[in-house]
Amino acid sequence: MSARLRVNPITCEAHGLCAELLPELIRLDDWGYPIIDQSKVPPELIGLARRAVDACPTLALLLDED
Amino acid sequence: MSSSNGGHHALPRLLAGLEPGVAMSLAAHTRTHGPLPDVPSHQLIEEVELSGLRGRGGADFPTARKLRAVAGRRRVGAVIVNGSETEPASAKDRLLLARLPHLVLDGAVLAARAVGSRQVIVKIGSRAVDAGRALGAAIAARERDGVSIEVVAGPEGYVAGEESAVVHFLNGGPELPTFVPPRPFERGYRGRPTLIQNPETLAQLALVARFGSAWYRELGTVADPGSALVTITGAVRAPGVYELAFGTELSQLLEAAGGPAEPLQALLVGGYFGTWMEASQAASLRLAREDLRSVGCSLGSGVLIALGESACGLHESARVISYLADQSAGQCGPCVYGLRSIADSVGALADGVAGASEPERVLRWTSEVRGRGACHHPDGAVRFVESALSVFGSEIGWHRTGRCHAPPAGLPLTGPSVAGGRLR
Repeated sequence: MSARLRVNPITCEAHGLCAELLPELIRLDDWGYPIIDQSKVPPELIGLARRAVDACPTLALLLDED
Repeated sequence: MSSSNGGHHALPRLLAGLEPGVAMSLAAHTRTHGPLPDVPSHQLIEEVELSGLRGRGGADFPTARKLRAVAGRRRVGAVIVNGSETEPASAKDRLLLARLPHLVLDGAVLAARAVGSRQVIVKIGSRAVDAGRALGAAIAARERDGVSIEVVAGPEGYVAGEESAVVHFLNGGPELPTFVPPRPFERGYRGRPTLIQNPETLAQLALVARFGSAWYRELGTVADPGSALVTITGAVRAPGVYELAFGTELSQLLEAAGGPAEPLQALLVGGYFGTWMEASQAASLRLAREDLRSVGCSLGSGVLIALGESACGLHESARVISYLADQSAGQCGPCVYGLRSIADSVGALADGVAGASEPERVLRWTSEVRGRGACHHPDGAVRFVESALSVFGSEIGWHRTGRCHAPPAGLPLTGPSVAGGRLR
């Protein structure tokens, strides 16, 4: 199983919770928008990634699991 | 399909029979190219594949693959001719639609038959009045296409021509890019699989359908067969739209447009989503993807802008990036704030008021912004800026010490300035 994070840049409003919850994979640019690590989410971080997805106030953060 | 069409070996191909100032009638079109051929769908797609035809809207995507992606689906919707041509320096699509509408419509009808669609929508910019008029007359003159054809005029903003934005607009929404996937070939106009193609791509397809892939490959290189329409503008004596074979040297392109109007310092290849190259590099390069890639360029939507020695590349680049920042659809943060910040910094560099570390900061921003919009608008804009700093970066010092006094070159920024203009 592999999972990757991506963000819908249209709905993202730079609340920044994702970077607070998952600094291992998400940092913020100079304007507060998330820069997401494009590589696979390591298994030990899947739980935190799901938590970050759930916490996004605009539902812009997505975790593609397959 | 016959490849023995004697009159069609050489150039012009697309522009054959074009007369100054008027749209080609159906009778003249049929006289020039012959009637619309009745080619079975699979055979047409195969022939397009063998021809090596690629999309001419800027993405360079193999046309046969796009046709197959739609043809293989159920409940296929419309074929959309994306005649938005929102690249300010480009005039080739407007020329085709306004002057050779039947060639484009032939291609659209053939493509519709090939993918199992019965509806063609031609989307044009609302200011392209000549194109709208020519298309209206052309549609009225055509019979037995077996496909309904309509023209829709829409907004002119830079990103309004982006594929998903065109579909969004035709579906009744604002002319803004959408979050993809789904892409139009999966779910497009009215939620159905939709083929969306550039007018030149369809015009080329109309010739491939008539004369075959072997004929098509008689011009060009193995990797880039055929001819291309190139809008050549800036510091050349006869700016306009020219049809040239792939493989032609860039210096020949400039000669086709009357030659340089003054000694050149740089060329902007691919329009405002394109890249600058030093003019001295251009001499040995051909109009071919491999050559252009070797200097980090691509042909994009077929635009070549010459910058004369008397102009200032930094100032021109600052104007262009500021324009591109203004043209953001305003939906994605990295594009809205990133491009504006980048544009302000490049403006400060050109005005000589930026600190020594500013170029470094701009390059960090360009690398961070890339790939983070819903559409490719920010990607094209940052590529442009990176090439500007690479080619004109050494002049930043002159600006800081107030030693640049070049007048503005007046690169076109608001729309095609040579539409319907001089040819060949």
